[in-house]
Amino acid sequence: MNLLLKRDKKSEAQAGFIALDELRKPWVLRFLVFGGRTIPAVSTTLNTADRMGGLKARWGIGRMRYSVLPGLYAVGSPTPESPVFVTANYKMSFDALRSRLAKLDGWILALDTKGINVWCAAGKGTFGTAELVSRIAKARLSAIVSHRRLVLPQLGAPGVSAPDVAKLSGFHVEWGPVRASDIPAWLSAGRKKDDAMREVTFNLRERMSVAPVEIAHAWPIAIGALALAAVFGLPAEGWLARAVPATILLLGAIPVGTLAFPVLLPWLPTRAFSVKGAVLGAAWAASWAVLFRMPVMTAASGMLVASPVVAFLGMNFTGASTFTCQPGALLEVEKGFWPMVLSLIAGLAAGGAARIFGA
Amino acid sequence: MTLTYIKNGETLALNDAACIGCGVCVDVCPHAVFLVESGKALIRRRETCMECGACARNCPSGAISVNAGVGCAGAIIIGKLRGTVPDCGGEAGCCAGKGGACC
Repeated sequence: MNLLLKRDKKSEAQAGFIALDELRKPWVLRFLVFGGRTIPAVSTTLNTADRMGGLKARWGIGRMRYSVLPGLYAVGSPTPESPVFVTANYKMSFDALRSRLAKLDGWILALDTKGINVWCAAGKGTFGTAELVSRIAKARLSAIVSHRRLVLPQLGAPGVSAPDVAKLSGFHVEWGPVRASDIPAWLSAGRKKDDAMREVTFNLRERMSVAPVEIAHAWPIAIGALALAAVFGLPAEGWLARAVPATILLLGAIPVGTLAFPVLLPWLPTRAFSVKGAVLGAAWAASWAVLFRMPVMTAASGMLVASPVVAFLGMNFTGASTFTCQPGALLEVEKGFWPMVLSLIAGLAAGGAARIFGA
Repeated sequence: MTLTYIKNGETLALNDAACIGCGVCVDVCPHAVFLVESGKALIRRRETCMECGACARNCPSGAISVNAGVGCAGAIIIGKLRGTVPDCGGEAGCCAGKGGACC
């Protein structure tokens, strides 16, 4: 094996099929010269910048730019017999994979999923048969490895057809575990998956890890809530006494819909996320009204407004969840739209009436 | 706790005659919907099927069909606003957090 582990500009510039400037990253340890080509070798530990980047992406900050260059990467000191792990070019996906390959020699093939994670990209088709087959060719993988096997994350299966990949590229797809964290156990078990490695879960930790982006996306609701509370407080005399409880009730619907909702998801009534949210929102407003001894009309107004807001936030959580199907989500959107709008209008009317008649 | 949703798995169909019992559906399904018994696949938990389409796409004998799509209200709303099919082009934002969990 002619394996030169040195970093020299000339060989880097010869790579051709990858733009090297984009690869001068702290997580690229060195450039490995392999078969006349220069391949970036990545670190298997995540540094502070990687963790911060992941945290920011979870909050939706710069998420669409949080990607790595598609192409071939090396881990450790791989040989032509080393395994090839395929992933998305969303940096969080890429990081999840490389951080689980410590003490391993292998290759990583990052597909161009436009910076979207494996599962969502597979659903969209960008983590798909066509991209995989073309990326194998672009990376000239056949010249790198002597075998014809690829390890794919199981959640890539909605987009990739293993039989078609075999026909089109000659590479055999092996479905690895759902979670990158199971890769070491999967390898030591002789590449055998147990049921737990195959199954997608949605436990409390997982539900909370997808919550931040929902909060970040709720800012238009926050603006509306603040405006409504300010108007409800009018006129100037006694404004604070009316506006403050109204602000807490209305603005509070956001953390109720984005934090309390995912926490309570398994226990909220019915299976429709919008109904779960509607119940939670009404319960939130009702308890707040009781606590503040709000007049009946004001309390009804709060419930009629908070309920559809939390229902909407809850319904949006279908996208972050791991078990919802499209016909169900479509049903929620279609059947839920008018009840939400009407409840909101009724709530605003009740609020106005409460202020005018002092109820 | 197994979470289930409305209308789960309604469009999933398995053609028993075409099934060769290879077990690929069991291997790619993230919700343990299938089981292989005496050389044939069976749908044992239709109610957990989210219709992602992994099984149908990877069945070598074409024995499985499902109307696959993303179960995302945000994508459906974006699709309705634009008059297109449901599209989670990142605007819906829901995909952000999934990186760590599902590589």
